[in-house]
Amino acid sequence: MSLLDHLPILPVVLPLVVGTLLLALRNAPLALQRGVSVAATLALLPLALALVQATGDGSHLVYKLGNWEAPYGIVLVADRLAAWMLLTTALLALFALLYALNAPSDGTSSQSTKPASGQVAGYPQPSPQMGEGANAGPTPTYDRDGRHFHVLFQLQLFGLNGAFLTGDLFNLFVFFEILLLASYGLLLHGGGRQRVKAGLHYVVINLVGSTLFLFAVGTLYGVTGTLNMADLAVKLAATPPENAALVQSAALLLFGVFALKAALLPLTLWLPAAYAHTSAPVAALFAIMTKVGAYSILRVYSLIADERSGPLVGLLDAWLMPAALATLAFGMLGTLASVTLRQQVAYLVVASIGSLLVAFGLGSADALAAGLYYLPHTTFATAALFLLADSIARGRGDLGDRFESGPAMPRARLVGGLFFAAAIAAAGLPPLSGFLGKVMLLQAALESPHLAWVWGVVLATGLAGVIALARSGSLLFYRTHGAHNTVLEAPTNAALAPVVALLALIVGLVVAAGPLSAHAAAIAAQITAPQGYIDAVLGGAR
Amino acid sequence: MEALIALVIGVLTAGGVFLALRGQTFPVVLGLTLMSYAVNLFLFVMGRLAIGVPPVISEAAAGYTDPLPQALVLTAIVISFGMTAFVIVLALKARAELGNDHVDGLEHEEDRRA
Repeated sequence: MSLLDHLPILPVVLPLVVGTLLLALRNAPLALQRGVSVAATLALLPLALALVQATGDGSHLVYKLGNWEAPYGIVLVADRLAAWMLLTTALLALFALLYALNAPSDGTSSQSTKPASGQVAGYPQPSPQMGEGANAGPTPTYDRDGRHFHVLFQLQLFGLNGAFLTGDLFNLFVFFEILLLASYGLLLHGGGRQRVKAGLHYVVINLVGSTLFLFAVGTLYGVTGTLNMADLAVKLAATPPENAALVQSAALLLFGVFALKAALLPLTLWLPAAYAHTSAPVAALFAIMTKVGAYSILRVYSLIADERSGPLVGLLDAWLMPAALATLAFGMLGTLASVTLRQQVAYLVVASIGSLLVAFGLGSADALAAGLYYLPHTTFATAALFLLADSIARGRGDLGDRFESGPAMPRARLVGGLFFAAAIAAAGLPPLSGFLGKVMLLQAALESPHLAWVWGVVLATGLAGVIALARSGSLLFYRTHGAHNTVLEAPTNAALAPVVALLALIVGLVVAAGPLSAHAAAIAAQITAPQGYIDAVLGGAR
Repeated sequence: MEALIALVIGVLTAGGVFLALRGQTFPVVLGLTLMSYAVNLFLFVMGRLAIGVPPVISEAAAGYTDPLPQALVLTAIVISFGMTAFVIVLALKARAELGNDHVDGLEHEEDRRA
């Protein structure tokens, strides 16, 4: 076997090995740890690109672990959708990591003497309990606010990549647990009162979600005797009628779990607090986390509830679309009501998952293509806003990112310009890719019975998003008054560079809109014809 | 036997859900633990209850018990054990940071009276 045959497992193994290595290197010089972490994250890019290339012709790369035949052994499956998600993750992770290395943080563990800038209202200085001076560098950065940032970051990528590549429902659970456990660590990284409180809610609700996931998986196994997703699709299509109700309840339970991960209303309330109170690079990386839930919905239900006669056909029709529209509306109402910029961006994440699942709920190939084109766009846009919100909060001294007018921040033109670009992207205005994604979505909805609802909600929330972001932009950058009574901290170039890079990716999505939307259409075509996936996984066995 | 196991799973789950909905972190952690016990039992019996038969098919055996749920439940136990340890530490940390053990982090009337 050549190395190419092992391509599907490399994006899973690499972060695992590097994460473990970094654990062993925990006492090594910080520069070495950072170098290893960045190199490994950078290496995910060519791997993801190679997978996009290899799956571009519509083939499925099936990797059988231990060479066990498919329904009995564990498989990893790389298809166009998985490669697309891997590429999005790799790009996002790289810039989030660069931000964590280079941007100045509040230095919670090195106890800098600066005021608690960049922290939201009612967010006191953390108690000086974590070894003072243990890693008091010259400028505190996010990766030294606590221990093991790089280990957790790599394990997070391990979980994410594994979840995108696995072809087995139980392994999906395992990778979910890995990415969640790493995310618990990252979410709480640096500590602090609000962060611990939001983190506790996040952990508990996700533990309940994991329990429900296991109940659903157990029920499906009890009925069908398999957990391989392709085999499950075949077995479920042939479910005898007396088991139909059992299978349907298991599938809906599973949908509930994925909806929780995706933060679909009414399971969305954990998200704003958790995302608004964690550190900026972690919040930026978490922009992909809700998309894992959306990916799982697409992957699992395209397989087990496809066109063939089975008890699950059309199961989600009654649930997905109304919940997605409600989530979109709720998210945008949240952005209007937010009192801090980070909270507003967290609600934008909620709204974006709403738009994405509207596309997935429409279910046609055109709608899926629109959603898949929109997915990297919204991930990069919200991540850029999270990173930028951090710079803005630090540049405004004690005001932080609260929506209160105050003295003009240093380098206001540059930061304001970046905010303007990111806000245009997030609100879905032309000329950036959010607009194209929404146009594709609205076009795809033309033939849907939900036409009036989709158009009404998407357009109304688009307007609400523009109003909310315009209001925050004018409050933060135009309505300035008063003199500086403290020396305000200018955002460094190193902190702004990842934001610029993410915005450049969004511009790239516009410039290459033709080929990329064609690729998104190809992904959608592959997803809507799951027989290819099933044949590739089960091979000649059937 | 099936009825007994089903009853046990049901009672464990009900107790777990009740405790997880309480307002203080310690009952919540206990509730999560009970729920994970319930789901482990549930996974285990999804391979059907078989008594006194080997887990791997042999020529001589009349039947066999499904080994896969046992592997699944082992994985689930390890994961839930790790998660429980984590959530206990987190609950202690929240107690230290927030000054009380309520999940919403606020002082409540009954604490002041007590």
